[in-house]
Amino acid sequence: MKPAPFDYHRPGSVAEAVETLAATGGKVLAGGQSLVPIMSMRLAAPVALVDINRLPGLSEIEVDGGRVRIGALVRHRQLEQHEAAYAANPLLRRALSQVAHPTIRNRGTTVGSLVHADPAAEMPAVLALLDGSVGVVGKTAGERTIAAADFFVGPLESALQSDDLAVTATFPTPPAGTGSSWIELARRHGDYAMVGVGALVRLVDGAVESARVSLISVGLTPVVVEVTETCAGAPYDRVDWQAAQDAIVAAIEPEGDIHASAQYREHLARVLSARALQQALDDGAAKEAA
Amino acid sequence: MTTKLFGQRVPRVEDPRLVSGQGRYLDDLGHDALAVAFVRSPHAHARITDIDVTAALDVDGLVAIYTYDDLDGRMAEPLPLLIPHPTLTQGRTPYPLANGEVNHVGEAIAMVVATDRYVAEDAAGLIEVSYDFLPPVVGVEAAREAVDLVHEDVPGNVAATYMQETGDAAATIAAAALRARLQLSIERSASMPMEGKGVHARWDDDDKSLLVNTSTQTSTSVRQAIAAKLSLPVDRVEVVTPDVGGGFGVKIMHPWPEEVLVPWAAIRLGAPVKWVEDRREHFISSAHERGQLHEVEFGYDEDGVLLGLSVEFWHDHGAYTPYGLIVPIITSTQLLGPYKPRAYRVEFHSLYTNTVIVTPYRGAGRPQGCFVMERVMDYIARDLDLDRAVVRERNFIQPDEMPYDHGLIFQDGRPLIYDSGDFPASMAMLKSLVGWDEFVAQRDAARREGRRVGIGLACYVEGTGVGPYEGGHVRVETDGTVVVSTGLTTQGQGHQTMLAQIVGDELGVPVDRVRVTTGDTRRFKYAVGTFASRTAVMSGSAVALTARKVRAKALRIAADALEASVDDLEIVDGRVQVKGSPSAQIDLSTVAVLSNPLRYAFDDAARRATQFAGRADPTKPPVDPGDEPGLEGTDYYSPTQSTFANGMHAVIVETDPETAEIKILRYCVVHDCGTVINPMIVEGQVHGGVAQGVGGALYERMEYDASGQLVNASFMDFLMPYASEVPSIEIDHLQTPSPLNPLGVKGAGEAGVIPGSAAIASAIEDAEGFPITAMPISPSELFALRAEHPAPSRRAP
Repeated sequence: MKPAPFDYHRPGSVAEAVETLAATGGKVLAGGQSLVPIMSMRLAAPVALVDINRLPGLSEIEVDGGRVRIGALVRHRQLEQHEAAYAANPLLRRALSQVAHPTIRNRGTTVGSLVHADPAAEMPAVLALLDGSVGVVGKTAGERTIAAADFFVGPLESALQSDDLAVTATFPTPPAGTGSSWIELARRHGDYAMVGVGALVRLVDGAVESARVSLISVGLTPVVVEVTETCAGAPYDRVDWQAAQDAIVAAIEPEGDIHASAQYREHLARVLSARALQQALDDGAAKEAA
Repeated sequence: MTTKLFGQRVPRVEDPRLVSGQGRYLDDLGHDALAVAFVRSPHAHARITDIDVTAALDVDGLVAIYTYDDLDGRMAEPLPLLIPHPTLTQGRTPYPLANGEVNHVGEAIAMVVATDRYVAEDAAGLIEVSYDFLPPVVGVEAAREAVDLVHEDVPGNVAATYMQETGDAAATIAAAALRARLQLSIERSASMPMEGKGVHARWDDDDKSLLVNTSTQTSTSVRQAIAAKLSLPVDRVEVVTPDVGGGFGVKIMHPWPEEVLVPWAAIRLGAPVKWVEDRREHFISSAHERGQLHEVEFGYDEDGVLLGLSVEFWHDHGAYTPYGLIVPIITSTQLLGPYKPRAYRVEFHSLYTNTVIVTPYRGAGRPQGCFVMERVMDYIARDLDLDRAVVRERNFIQPDEMPYDHGLIFQDGRPLIYDSGDFPASMAMLKSLVGWDEFVAQRDAARREGRRVGIGLACYVEGTGVGPYEGGHVRVETDGTVVVSTGLTTQGQGHQTMLAQIVGDELGVPVDRVRVTTGDTRRFKYAVGTFASRTAVMSGSAVALTARKVRAKALRIAADALEASVDDLEIVDGRVQVKGSPSAQIDLSTVAVLSNPLRYAFDDAARRATQFAGRADPTKPPVDPGDEPGLEGTDYYSPTQSTFANGMHAVIVETDPETAEIKILRYCVVHDCGTVINPMIVEGQVHGGVAQGVGGALYERMEYDASGQLVNASFMDFLMPYASEVPSIEIDHLQTPSPLNPLGVKGAGEAGVIPGSAAIASAIEDAEGFPITAMPISPSELFALRAEHPAPSRRAP
């Protein structure tokens, strides 16, 4: 469990980092919580690591009326504990508290998790649920913003090119009256979820205005399902999630593995979706009441 | 009198060191040693047609590459079959490096020595091995069908078949009013110590001697094995265990290929060599346990009394049988637990598979046996609509039947005779602890709220303190320090504290004056090892007997010095004094000085023992005939048979009606290990055992695919329970002293793990209303079982 030889670079600017990525074909090292283990197991043997930990200006969390924007070096734990980010969008903390364990959240970066694009990871699903985006600087493709819907291409595959560096992620704040929730079920506390569901439900005048969910571990990427049609207009104390559950189950493609069969995952997606939607509804109702 | 230490919650003397990073484990040694990496088979079953090392030879820092063809002398022979048995007619053991054939993923093929581990792994990655594939045999059922063979000269994949019977089980079952059959299975798990294996060897070419450090549970036997394999005189080999980060059984197996290869390479290269196992290596090349399939037939009467029991089981032994039949023999004998069927027949078949070898893991065959017997008890209770505790009580061996002879032969080759225990008292204690009689009302109330809760229980008896012997050496130094040595090894259990308590009481000194060494063959040559919950029983008794000898000598010398009678003396706080007149006293340290007449005065204490001081009777020799200088002694404890501890667990679970999550609400333990030396240490042992029991019941399994790949060989996918998955554990102790040893103690190390799967299965069954016949069980599997047992078919609550 020792990595194969690799070159190590520690650029001092984003421009230099992107140049180095292009010149070496290396991998970005940020928190290292996924990359370092797979290198140690020699499942990956990048020729070079480009350590971005000394890059200035990427450790900031900005919260304004419409969004929470984080730099590429913001650790999960930093965002989880950020009060202004929580006040703007409680879903971030709710999901982040389920990301692995505190020791991993202390080092692991949220943007790193997005780029890793694991379909079992929480934060890609949150970004997708919120219609967020990733800010990218690339040697070939230049500076640009990639919407979540275009960012997650496949399992462990993002839209980034090899000479791209993701520098920010932007989580839009849902409109007023929107409740949110995150629920997941893992074999052990902190493990990758067998199924996880994030939900947003917006209430207007005591009735459901919109609802959508984002699921993990039931497809090749996070699966976002718009379920507004199944429940719009329902008064908040009389919502039946049955149709939403049917729509969600129709949209997912769960596979079985050693921890959960495909049928069980489908069942969990159904059960947890209703729980998540109800929790988001209750959250929205509480906000409306307040 | 000094405060009695025996029975007290003395804080562990080893903890300040271990929890502050001062421990000295194998990988803390030998920073300058050459490092080893192995090329291991990626295939479960294949013939090796070629090993091409050409590309690896160019790696900068490479020192040597060894394959089977390099092995000489006895190293070229298979590793020993450690524990032979008359029925193990087809025993097979591996070579240190594969000799033309590999029989499981992970079997070592080539050994690479380099300047560091990174370089060694680089070179290992460049060695190309060519294979002719053979069909892999994976799992008990494939082994039993024997369409393909693991070893082509072992028909049916059967290493051994062993049958024992008391009474006529078939006739007794046939004559019983009620009869049933069950098929019950348990999957593989493994010891998984925090520290894997590791070996460090230094050869002194001037002295022609070898010093080996290895993370083992038996240093004395590794020493003998290395000497034998390397054709060295035993007195030229010493084995010293550093701190060991857990063993749980996997390190009693020896010699591991690496334990002979690393010293062999150190001699060949004339340089220190070290190998430290990484986690993936541990998964695929150490040992597993537990995988067994059982077919059970039994007959009982309307009162729930078990009359006849017949068990046939198939033991997945993995690719080789170096540790003999210990695990299945234990299952076959310890399955009986606290019960006494009129007739019992057990037959097992040890089967080869193309998977990692199976050797004892904490509990060692008992969790499987307990699962079988307790499923039978629950079946009888369900069938007769009787309280499950009542059925057990009706089948218990009674206290006045002790010692109870089952008429079987135990794992130590001696009769299976229980020496002590009060099972009805233990059950009463457990029922009170968990609130057994009140639970039905709680369960029914929960059900009315739509919750599913259930209670389960399981009982076991554990043969502990297996022989043949252990020894102790105790010496009082002239500064008053008491140094104690015993030959078996320690892996974090608290042996230093426990043994210091025993010696401290015998010699009247506080724990902090006692220094204990274990597992160092330079200090103690004769020992067996740490396994079978035997340290307190065996080494505890041995050091107690030794300390009594030293005490007698100290009193004799002090009596002389104080001009008092031995019978009038006592030892208090390290001073020998006349009872009732403490002014007449002499320090134990001074007694130590007096015990060793000296010519040379190298310090103040020595001056008091020189020929012109101290006793000066010119008519007597300085050391009396038959006496020895020094205040020290050695003694051994060797019992006629094992001593039998027991325990009972009750667990309350809640299962989620929708998600099938399984949550443990309460976990209660009643434990009888005889006289308790240190309740805190015993409870710690029970806690750790229960954690492993929960792991085996709800989380852990070795996921082999059909090709023999272990697909979950990492802690990401092999689910050991975290602290968040282990319930808080409530413990009560019953103390029925063993009549077999001077301390009245019985073993406690493995106890906690044994009834985990049995008790949790019982509780899930109670919550769900359908039988649980295979463990472990995951939420996904519980979900599938619910689909097979739609609500109307379930037993009414």
